[in-house]
Amino acid sequence: MTDYVISLRRSGRYAFEWLERGFDAMFGPSWNPFHQLGALGWFFYWIVVVSGLYLFIFFDTGITAAYGSVEYITNVQWYAAGVMRSFHRYASDALVVVMMTHLLREFVMDRYRGPRFFAWITGTPILWFVYASGITGYWLVWDKLAQYVAIATTEWLDSLPIFGQSIARNFLHETTLSNRFFTLMVFIHIAVPLILLFIMWIHIQRHTHPRVNPPIGLAVGVLAMLLVLSLVHPAISQGPANLNTVTAIVNLDWFYLPVYPLLDHIPGALLWAAFGAATLLLLLTPWLPPKRRRPIATVDLENCNGCGRCVADCPFSAVVLGPRTDGKPFTHEAVVNTKLCTSCGICAGACPTATPFRRASELAPGIDLPHVPVRELRERTLAACRALSGEARVIVYGCEAGVSLSCLSAPGVAALPLPCSAALPPAFLDFIITRNYADGVLLTGCCEGDCFYRLGIRWTRERFAGERDPRLRARVPRERIATCWAGITGSASLEQSLHAFRAKLKALAPLERRTPLSSQRLTEQASSND
Amino acid sequence: MIKPLNLIGQAIAYAAFGAMLGYFSAAPAYVYRDPNMAQIKISFSHAAQRVGECRRLSAEEIAKLAPNMRRPLDCPRGRLPILIELELDNQPLYRGELPPTGLARDGSATIYQRFPVTTGKHHLVARLRDSKRTTGFDYESAADVELAPQQNFVIEFRAETGGFIFK
Ligand code: HEM
Ligand code: SF4
Ligand code: SF4
Repeated sequence: MTDYVISLRRSGRYAFEWLERGFDAMFGPSWNPFHQLGALGWFFYWIVVVSGLYLFIFFDTGITAAYGSVEYITNVQWYAAGVMRSFHRYASDALVVVMMTHLLREFVMDRYRGPRFFAWITGTPILWFVYASGITGYWLVWDKLAQYVAIATTEWLDSLPIFGQSIARNFLHETTLSNRFFTLMVFIHIAVPLILLFIMWIHIQRHTHPRVNPPIGLAVGVLAMLLVLSLVHPAISQGPANLNTVTAIVNLDWFYLPVYPLLDHIPGALLWAAFGAATLLLLLTPWLPPKRRRPIATVDLENCNGCGRCVADCPFSAVVLGPRTDGKPFTHEAVVNTKLCTSCGICAGACPTATPFRRASELAPGIDLPHVPVRELRERTLAACRALSGEARVIVYGCEAGVSLSCLSAPGVAALPLPCSAALPPAFLDFIITRNYADGVLLTGCCEGDCFYRLGIRWTRERFAGERDPRLRARVPRERIATCWAGITGSASLEQSLHAFRAKLKALAPLERRTPLSSQRLTEQASSND
Repeated sequence: MIKPLNLIGQAIAYAAFGAMLGYFSAAPAYVYRDPNMAQIKISFSHAAQRVGECRRLSAEEIAKLAPNMRRPLDCPRGRLPILIELELDNQPLYRGELPPTGLARDGSATIYQRFPVTTGKHHLVARLRDSKRTTGFDYESAADVELAPQQNFVIEFRAETGGFIFK
């Protein structure tokens, strides 16, 4: 079972990365829609809300007048309300598509277990609310599709033994039709999306800097697509409802109503049970199997001055600043929330005390991962540097969630794993290059725009660009640093980048070091770390 | 830098997504019922007679009851099931016994059934028993109907207006 889930996830991840590579080529990594599925979900939600508000101005909430008002919207005011109706329908459909893809993607990328279960668990009710919103929406048009939806839904609800009276009886005949029931549907169609918004807000509570707005280029593209679609293929009704007849043939919206045909073949109660079981399975998924937790970040108050950089960089709101408890003359100290920490190490990469220029014995950052401490990273780095020989010596740091580093074996290259690329304090690059331990440093990890720990690539870039603390010092020649965001399918492109990087390094003039180290000091330095 | 080729790629991707939205939002059509058939739907709620007769309480029995519960009659709350029979062109279409609803079995019995039928002329008979009798029915109605394709012919029941209602 466990093996099955793992191999399912892995093949899924290969499939997604392969597909996304194609989209990277067209959209570029930052506009790639696959990296923006959650943000697109929010965007489509807002489009649905805005277009819905506009439609509501012209919509008549009486059951007999509803159809006529929608016809007015579609045919008379086709240029505004009609376009809005199409936006309302197509953005709702698009919401289902991006939501389902998002769900699948979070699953295959394994971002739903351990402390990250929260988004998954709160995502599950979102599914119900999105579908309830869509189904009640089709009801309100009171055309033939609405009639079908009304009868099929109420018959399905009647299969549950919770309503004393048959609800489907309301739709028996034109004479039994009740305005009150219709008004209730209008109310539900407004209330359910509002509750949905609330759950969507909870859904992203454990993320810092959640991506809720797509990049402008993608937003414009999506709006243009919806506009063209609305003009070329406007949303229309399917003729007025008439309960004296049977709607023999209906044009279903297959995004919202794919299960309705099943109701003609299996009992409604069984279908409810299946959905109940599927929901339960989804809620349990984060523990099937549970994530083996690694040790979480720990704070060393001796070295913490309460600067708050770890708080600013933690992608999961797992560190906060608390009042000082050890009497040191600082106002704050870092406090880790054990329940939220994903052991990504980004906080250690942000801490100003995590600098390899401090001697091995002193190197203890304010916050660190106990199983891969920064001190050990320094030792491994120095050992790796010492083994390098020849021209264009390169240290490759690779995030564990990205491409496997095993392919990189050349005399001038050494590869070191990191929990996340942003777990590397930028001072390490300064240290390696300005002290001539290697000629260049290459960082690799997840696909660009899609860091496994959400913000690692972004923080790395901003730190290197000098836009974010801790900044990579200006004295570090940027041409001696390279990044290759390759994902797990990118071993070929990593090899290519490495090759190109080494060729570039070979062509560079030797580095003018501010404090050239004599070979004697180099050996001293190295031995002091043993 | 956005290259023209990339823009074309994007345009194709958007077009494909839009085409998918446009198509599957209202197609392919689903054939829910045979368009050449008609449908008979029977649906109503009806409270059958009580299981037993009411019994007159004696003066002592009434005195024993709490003051707010005192009443002259003691009636069993439970109701009988109802028996329904439908016949189309002298062939049985449906026969069912429906239990009363409610925890105390004192509620109405409810039916909601639909039957696909061929179009054209039919002779329809509906019968209902809601009493203790063991043979025969308490209500019976018959009608000659002509059903059009996709017609929804409804059978209801209201004891106050004398029994079955055909629409
Ligand atoms: C209307 C539908 C939804 C919207 C708008 C939405 C939106 C989002 C957003 C904005 C994020 C944060 C992305 C980031 O900044 O890294 C996110 C993350 C996530 N969502 Fe959703 N979501 C939706 C439905 C779902 C559903 C149905 C599930 C699964 C049952 C789900 C599971 C997750 C998971 C596992 C994460 C990642 C958490 C992490 O990185 O730790 N979402 N979602
Ligand atoms: S290890 Fe990652 S999740 Fe944990 S506190 Fe540090 S930055 Fe936050
Ligand atoms: S970054 Fe380091 S020094 Fe600053 S608050 Fe966090 S642990 Fe303390």
